[in-house]
Amino acid sequence: MSFKGADVVSIRDLSREQIEQVMDLAERLVPYATGEKCTKAMDGKILANLFFEPSTRTRLSFESAMVRLGGRFIEIAQPQSSSIVKGETLADTIRMVEGYADAIVLRHPHEGAARLAAKYSSKPVINAGDGAGQHPTQTILDLFTIRQQAGGIADKNVVLVGDLKYGRTAHSLAEALGMFGANLTFVAPPLLQMPKETIKHLEKSGSVPRLSSDLAEVISDADVLYVTRIQRERFPDPSEYIKVAGSYRVDNVLLREAKKDLAIMHPLPRVDEITPEVDQTENAKYFQQAFNGVPVRMALIMLVLGGEL
Amino acid sequence: MKDFRVTPIRNGTVIDHIDCGQALKVLRIIGITDGVRSTVSVLLHVPSKKDGWKDVIKVEDRELDTKEVDKISLIAPKATINIIRDFNVAEKFNVKLPDVVKGIVRCGNPNCITNMNEPVETEFIVESKRPIVLRCVYCDRIQEDVAERLV
Repeated sequence: MSFKGADVVSIRDLSREQIEQVMDLAERLVPYATGEKCTKAMDGKILANLFFEPSTRTRLSFESAMVRLGGRFIEIAQPQSSSIVKGETLADTIRMVEGYADAIVLRHPHEGAARLAAKYSSKPVINAGDGAGQHPTQTILDLFTIRQQAGGIADKNVVLVGDLKYGRTAHSLAEALGMFGANLTFVAPPLLQMPKETIKHLEKSGSVPRLSSDLAEVISDADVLYVTRIQRERFPDPSEYIKVAGSYRVDNVLLREAKKDLAIMHPLPRVDEITPEVDQTENAKYFQQAFNGVPVRMALIMLVLGGEL
Repeated sequence: MKDFRVTPIRNGTVIDHIDCGQALKVLRIIGITDGVRSTVSVLLHVPSKKDGWKDVIKVEDRELDTKEVDKISLIAPKATINIIRDFNVAEKFNVKLPDVVKGIVRCGNPNCITNMNEPVETEFIVESKRPIVLRCVYCDRIQEDVAERLV
């Protein structure tokens, strides 16, 4: 299926074949993402990066992706300085920006902003995260990293640990992993366990996740450990937070029980859920994961703008 | 002579088989307020051959349009609409919950872009008709207490 001109708003809009198409192209783009090879595939094209909310990795990797493809970008990186503070609606901002660029990347604090932008824009819109909503490019780069590090996704044992209730990117990732046939385990304190709605959705697609609240109990057969941050503000009692966060910390003692080639991932930024000593192990893949944001976003930009390598 | 509790109407709309207790909400949805010039009869808790008990509304000199009917289906999915012309039932149809509900419900997610003063109509996919469950096309949030958020 052709992606040209399409919007990338939610991972649910994409079929398994389309996600595979993005990952296959991303794989071919890795040497271009590292700078080993050069391309002018997006020469003469302009990407508008509209970041109405602070972002480091997503913004920089989109910028890097467009530059590596030989294209250029324009941006709103500080919404304080833009017309949004003058009360302009997003619908107006989008209709103005589409006149200045060939595609729009949008990060916005309100859920559904990217869907609205896609409705108003005749140019492709790529959702770079809308509030607590969708963040499809993160999901694809996570899938890409799992495929790359574990040698595939189907039948791999993937453990998601941390705040699985409120992090909607964890829900999207779980659904996508279910679609690709991974064996899922969700590890979280009962208060922060994966919502029933996501589990129901997974069961409908034939995947039955295992639930646990004890990381040590499930680590031994994991191929991938995907760690997310447990936020302090979820706990009314700070001592309860310290207790819970401590019991989900990934360190070298925990890794003694793990498979040798376990891949540890984290969307970053991390606080203290993975101790720095783990960075030195072969298992630490989170910086590789952050790098993978570049080839995956390069692939998406090329697909929606219809470029050739 | 037969003793009618409410007399038949010459022209207008009879909304029958409203779920018991929902009639006053239906009135609000179809905009029956103080400014109405025709007679409106509301029957609460009337015996029904089909369902035990029901509510009925009769609005004289007014025929409902589809958008109003769609709204009713969100809180009274079994309701039937009878359009009366010259004492006869000229048209009769069941309210039908559409697959997509546009512009008649507010999204329950306060952080949804549709609650932010954007020039956009709300839009929901009907995930389940009984019980009514809607999903916001914009923020993806599942909505259950729909009757509370009718526009």
